[in-house]
Amino acid sequence: MADLTVKFKIRRQNPEIPGKDKPYWQEFTLTGVEPTDRVLEMLHRIKWEQDGTLSLRRSCAHGVCGSDAMRINGVNALACKVLIQDVGNEIMVEPILGLPVIKDLIVDMEPFFDHYRSVMPYYVNNDPVPEDGRERLQTQADKDKFDDTTKCILCACCTTSCPSYWANGKYVGPAAIVQAHRFIFDTRDQAAKERLNILAEENGVWRCRTIYNCTPACPREIQVTKAIGEVKLAIQRGKTDGIVKVVHAHQH
Amino acid sequence: MHMHQHEVIIVGAGGAGLMAALYASEGGADVAVVSKLYPTRSHTGAAQGGIGAALGNIDEDQPIYHAYDTIKGGDYLTDQNAAKVLAEEAIDSVIELERYGLPFDRTPEMRISQRRFGGHTRNFGEELVHRACHAADRTGHMILQTLYQQCIKKKVNFFDEFQVVDLIVNDGKTAGVVAVDLATGEFHIFHGKAVLFATGGWGRCWSVTSNAHSLTGDGAAIALRRGVPMEDMEFFQFHPTGIYRMGILITEGVRGEGGVLLNDKGERFMEKYAPSVKDLASRDVVSRAIYDEVANGRGINGKTYVHLDIRPATVNHYFEQEGSDKRIDDNYVESKLPDILDFCRTYLGVDPVKEPMPVQPTAHYAMGGIPTNVNAEVVIDENNTVMPGLYAAGETACVSAHGANRLGTNSLVDLVVFGRRGGMKMAEYVKGVDWTPLPDDAGKEVEAEFKRIRNGKGSSKPYELRDAMQKTMNDNVGVYRTDDTMKKAVDELKQLRESYYNDITIDDQGYKFNTDLMEAWELGCMLQLAEVTAQSALLRTESRGAHSRDDFPDRDDDNWMVHTLAYQTGAEKESDYRVTADKPVDLSLWEDEKAQGLPDDKQKFKPKPRVY
Repeated sequence: MADLTVKFKIRRQNPEIPGKDKPYWQEFTLTGVEPTDRVLEMLHRIKWEQDGTLSLRRSCAHGVCGSDAMRINGVNALACKVLIQDVGNEIMVEPILGLPVIKDLIVDMEPFFDHYRSVMPYYVNNDPVPEDGRERLQTQADKDKFDDTTKCILCACCTTSCPSYWANGKYVGPAAIVQAHRFIFDTRDQAAKERLNILAEENGVWRCRTIYNCTPACPREIQVTKAIGEVKLAIQRGKTDGIVKVVHAHQH
Repeated sequence: MHMHQHEVIIVGAGGAGLMAALYASEGGADVAVVSKLYPTRSHTGAAQGGIGAALGNIDEDQPIYHAYDTIKGGDYLTDQNAAKVLAEEAIDSVIELERYGLPFDRTPEMRISQRRFGGHTRNFGEELVHRACHAADRTGHMILQTLYQQCIKKKVNFFDEFQVVDLIVNDGKTAGVVAVDLATGEFHIFHGKAVLFATGGWGRCWSVTSNAHSLTGDGAAIALRRGVPMEDMEFFQFHPTGIYRMGILITEGVRGEGGVLLNDKGERFMEKYAPSVKDLASRDVVSRAIYDEVANGRGINGKTYVHLDIRPATVNHYFEQEGSDKRIDDNYVESKLPDILDFCRTYLGVDPVKEPMPVQPTAHYAMGGIPTNVNAEVVIDENNTVMPGLYAAGETACVSAHGANRLGTNSLVDLVVFGRRGGMKMAEYVKGVDWTPLPDDAGKEVEAEFKRIRNGKGSSKPYELRDAMQKTMNDNVGVYRTDDTMKKAVDELKQLRESYYNDITIDDQGYKFNTDLMEAWELGCMLQLAEVTAQSALLRTESRGAHSRDDFPDRDDDNWMVHTLAYQTGAEKESDYRVTADKPVDLSLWEDEKAQGLPDDKQKFKPKPRVY
């Protein structure tokens, strides 16, 4: 068991306190840190032991709820999925970029969710239900075509790592495209055309310049750039079949 | 105060809340969902292994078998009418989720794939059955996403990051809720005809838990303060396989896919404790077995954990030993349990296809909570008197479909089945009643309480009190309890409450996103629920399901086939809690068997000693 001393430099901002309403950096030092401690736990220690005004969102603490996206040493990640040993003894923490900061590490998520809601992120199938009263049929291979994009937790790590999004907040962004992909390539769904039309507009997929920041930023290891590419191809070809090659096992 | 008016107010946007919202909207009601988190952050999304339903896509299965397993799993404290509803409506609910687009894994016949899970059997315990419908090991995530997507499609009103802090009651009738808009710190009154609490559990009362930081029991504590008793609070489930020291959940689906638990000697110790279903016994049984192995020096390297092994070589060895033809390989594990592999690789540096996982029991699920009937209507006494306009569903509710111990997959079934019933019932209810007027002082009391916390000039920081509470609950009201440990817990909790009400201080004096303040208020909820848990556990002088007492090791059906109800007896800062044990268990399936003249040994639903 190691007993580390770790220095945190946190980007802070508090709209209610004159003098602190502009962004500034504040340093905190923690002792007794284990290399396997999560950055989230350390932010909690700072909040609880040193400064209760430090504000952040968090919930599940193990990478499935998507609350605690932030920039850690310049890279977007969930604070609960980054260990001290992954980032070293000097850790810089900032709010994610491209969304308005409300307080400390908390940003306004509404523009992000507005983009999400704009791509019809819901299943559409108006056919009569099967006569036997049971489930619609689908092969596992067809399900695997969109399996990767079903993992999205809407944490915004991808969208707020995207320079095209930073440059133009009207761009729907990678997360919204990932969510649309999940339905576009679902063989049971019937609204692919509408979604492709939305994404063919000026703030859709063509704002993606294949910069690739989004893919390594994804804490769920979704192949985000690949998914965007598949949507672009579907728009060009005017169809979705024959585009996705199914990868069965996950690569590590 | 800001005012809103909606016929139906749903508090919490996990599976139960969203299901209720869909059905109340469909029934024509004007609905608002008020949640302290963005809906997709809700803890339903952390559920992994599956949702149980007797679809019979792989093995022959029937709802009555599912009901039987649920009742036996609950150590016969399960209300049998509730288990019947749960098992029967599970089928429609899962089919409905598929029609909402949920991407279930598929069988070669293109139907919903199912896997084995603890305590789920065919033909009244004959053999394990494939009943857990799954989407890899992120079934809860897919349920949460799917329901939220449908709510967007149906244009349900959401108030995201509005934390409900009080229930408004006028003359015994529900009139609405008070909420804090977290972004501004301002109080809002939501005037409603019906309110449904779907706020989840309170695992954060313990130090080692699978639960999210936000699971602080807000809805249950609020109801308790407004006169609703808490049912069966002594039953809190410890899931056998949490990641050592961290508590992060490792799904029972690992064992459903063939994984086994091993002690320091490499023995598959569940063979001793549950000779027939072994590692897939119910969770209370497996958690106690791990605890006993550790207590007898057979934890790994003498520590407080055991190994969970899903390495294909190990799994195939036991398949072969059991005469099964099934064999698995690395790719199979990767495709069936991707998130589990990710958790272990991220947090432990352990690759489960190459090494076993270190696991220990982790505080996981409240079987008890706000008492309801099978229509999600809140009932406030042992006679099942309904409180007009108040509803609860999901983990925060106690129907009681889970009795003294919940079976794996049944939490997700509970969400959709009783969330749906609650939604339908509310839509019907609000059509037939007038608005209950708001009392003049609505919201004033809780506003004063927030002022008290904000202005506290004491010396106790909320996190210190919270740590102390979590420690005493883990040490004294855990897998095993005794009279001494529970009394110790009650004494310590009373001291903590004293500090909470007389000596608290916080740093943040602001209004916008004052998470310091909200955490302090949540601590007050947890302190109450922790004490109610310990008090209820003290009263029950037997061992049943998740409640295991060293000083009363046996189940006592003569005296304890009853639900407990704990009432707050004064203001929360000084309440002693009155716990009663007068609410009978519904035994209607057994009674039907007796009425049919079935002989004693043919009565499946008669309470009997549990053997797995």
